[in-house]
Amino acid sequence: MNFDFSEEQNQLRAALARLLDRGYEFDKRKRIVASEPGFSREIWRQLGELGALSIALPEQHGGAGGGAVDTLVIMEALGRRLVVEPYVPAIVLGAGLVARAGSDAQRAALLPRVAAGQHLLALAHDERDTRYELARIATRARPDGSGGGYVLDGDKTVVLGGAAADTLIVSARTAGEPGDPDGISLFMVDAGAPGVTRHGYATQDNHRAADVALAGVRVGGDALLGPAGGGLALVEHAIEHGIAAVCGEALGVMTMLVELTSAYVKTRKQFGVPIGQFQALQHRLADMLMRVEQARSMAYLLATTVDSPDAAQRRRIAAAAKAMVSQAGRFVGQGAIQLHGGIGVTDEAPVSHYFKRMTVIGMTFGDADHHVARFSDLMERGT
Amino acid sequence: MDLSYSADEEHFRTEVRRFIDAHLPAATSDKVLRGKHLTREDILGWHRTLATRGWSVPNWPKEFGGPGWNSAQQHIFEDECADAGAPPLMPFGIRMVAPVIMAFGSRAQQDRFLPRIRSGDHWWCQGYSEPGSGSDLASLRMRAERRGNAYVCNGQKTWTTLAQYADWIFCLVRTATDRKAQQGISFLLIDMKTPGVTVRPIYTLDGDAEVNEVWFEDVEVPLDNRVGEENQGWTYAKYLLGHERTGNAGVGMCKRWLKALKRAAAEQRAGGRPLIDDPRFRDRIAQVEIELMALEVTAMRVIAMELAKQAPGPEASILKVQGTEIQQTLTELSMHALGPQALPFQPAALEAGYAGPLSGPDWAVPVTGRYLNHRKASIYAGSNEIQRNIIAKHMLGL
Repeated sequence: MNFDFSEEQNQLRAALARLLDRGYEFDKRKRIVASEPGFSREIWRQLGELGALSIALPEQHGGAGGGAVDTLVIMEALGRRLVVEPYVPAIVLGAGLVARAGSDAQRAALLPRVAAGQHLLALAHDERDTRYELARIATRARPDGSGGGYVLDGDKTVVLGGAAADTLIVSARTAGEPGDPDGISLFMVDAGAPGVTRHGYATQDNHRAADVALAGVRVGGDALLGPAGGGLALVEHAIEHGIAAVCGEALGVMTMLVELTSAYVKTRKQFGVPIGQFQALQHRLADMLMRVEQARSMAYLLATTVDSPDAAQRRRIAAAAKAMVSQAGRFVGQGAIQLHGGIGVTDEAPVSHYFKRMTVIGMTFGDADHHVARFSDLMERGT
Repeated sequence: MDLSYSADEEHFRTEVRRFIDAHLPAATSDKVLRGKHLTREDILGWHRTLATRGWSVPNWPKEFGGPGWNSAQQHIFEDECADAGAPPLMPFGIRMVAPVIMAFGSRAQQDRFLPRIRSGDHWWCQGYSEPGSGSDLASLRMRAERRGNAYVCNGQKTWTTLAQYADWIFCLVRTATDRKAQQGISFLLIDMKTPGVTVRPIYTLDGDAEVNEVWFEDVEVPLDNRVGEENQGWTYAKYLLGHERTGNAGVGMCKRWLKALKRAAAEQRAGGRPLIDDPRFRDRIAQVEIELMALEVTAMRVIAMELAKQAPGPEASILKVQGTEIQQTLTELSMHALGPQALPFQPAALEAGYAGPLSGPDWAVPVTGRYLNHRKASIYAGSNEIQRNIIAKHMLGL
């Protein structure tokens, strides 16, 4: 067993910190989120230059052949600065799916451009009634009759990174009913294709998402990503990678929440002393720190599990990690606001933005209740 | 002991309900129930309507023009108003400054201010907190120096809710610096139109601008606008806080939110069935409903105690802590009921009549912002840490 990061990972962390300390200072972030498309293409390009966009992609398609621990290092750095660029939707979910499920032709066509920061992907999966249950998909893909292609109809909601994406990876039923594990297929759809309508908006944490309506969208047979009807396992694995990534990001966010709060209670004086001298507040901060460390352990455990071929093990650890991180994030976020007092609920205080991102992470890819239930269903029973 | 409502009280409930049915504009209740922004006129309009019936000041005794209701009547009134989607009565005049004026104000002040609070002619706001004085309120620094027949005021108040709508502000000011902090505070009533008063909005994390900074630069306040004795303001300030905290319970509002939560959980689907049929989620709703049921009785007990003693006691802190924690649980559960649909940030859709594109159902729009915003509830009116200190000190003698 070894808990050390490699020399390359430490260098990557330092390089990201240098880039983001300069390029993502709080006021700069404010300008970035207020702009269109809601993130900075320049920052995206610089992340590409550092190799951060391609680190986990296969070497033959412009990547570095890295793994989920590399992604964790990146995500923690992004979390510390509340970076809103669409790393999770475009790289972790989108490029990861293409790398794992794509044909050689599909990989060669997309991944080098994604790695270079020239092309954005998003996973259009969730629908109005999905609510974290990945098999509950109603969007249909029917054969177009002649050319081996498909026609897609359905409505996707809260597609992360969906408004800026160039290619949408759309899940649709080629067979079965909502809830059936079989019959879901994945399609690569040009975001500008006839029949695709996007309504983009900001999310509560200043990221961007979109609702995507598909009305008679025609795609060729070569748009199919992975086996027809076998898309659920691919989506599930992609979401596990997504969970690993946001767990890594949460470490950065929560560490900042604890740092900001302990700095604040050391300087804020009431009753003639820094409020950090009050035991009730010290204990709360100590509990916050312990939750972060527990969450850190689970994020590491998942990062070293999520590339494993053992799907059952991945599923268990992903559920456990996300349950822990969502719960820790809630405790740490709420505690940070409370200990900041009124200033903590203002827009001008960075802590409120960390709290909002943590709240959204807590609900992304399943909230704590969902993952406790999932873990409980998968849990080994005593004999 | 009998915790059921008497026939008279049930009759009173019917009377309140009839009045609301007849007089609350549908456009207004629609805004309240859908969580849309309310205008000053929405809030004041309802206040004036209630005033025609003598109900705009539900906690006031008869001698000052109130209805003289007992705790059950006050509770029934709040309950019915909240359930119907009536705009909240603003507490700053009715619940905060009025009890102080009644108990400590001069006859002239009572005659001047109380009828205008009752009628809605004066909208009040609260000048308590300062940037350096939150939990340690007594350390406040806004200065009031006597010059002839006036105090000249300089300083800054903060977290002033709806100061942008207010006609008057009640302020704690420092009138002496040569003694213990608590003994140099006075309680002033200041006309917001006085030269030198400036209001600046504070934007909160949900994008709203309900709270403000209020700045005072050489603001002249007549001596007649001081309540009670000079340098005795801390006593009045604490008396006011007790009244404020009783009002923080928000039982009626919580019951309305609980109802909305159940509706949302019935409408949202999880695993192919209504979310409310998921035992985990249903148990969470059940748990908060039990706590709210207890709070409802506790709130009536505390109000009955206050009426008997004619002053709020440390028990008000129980209502503040329990009430705000229940509010926070309800707003959080409501957000979780939405699942991924809690994520879109759509502030434009909080305006009544918004007809633009929308992600998800209209009723979902205010839900996450309300969760984020209500983190303030365990901070304002004396943080819940301060309330626990009060309970430990004054109820446990620790």
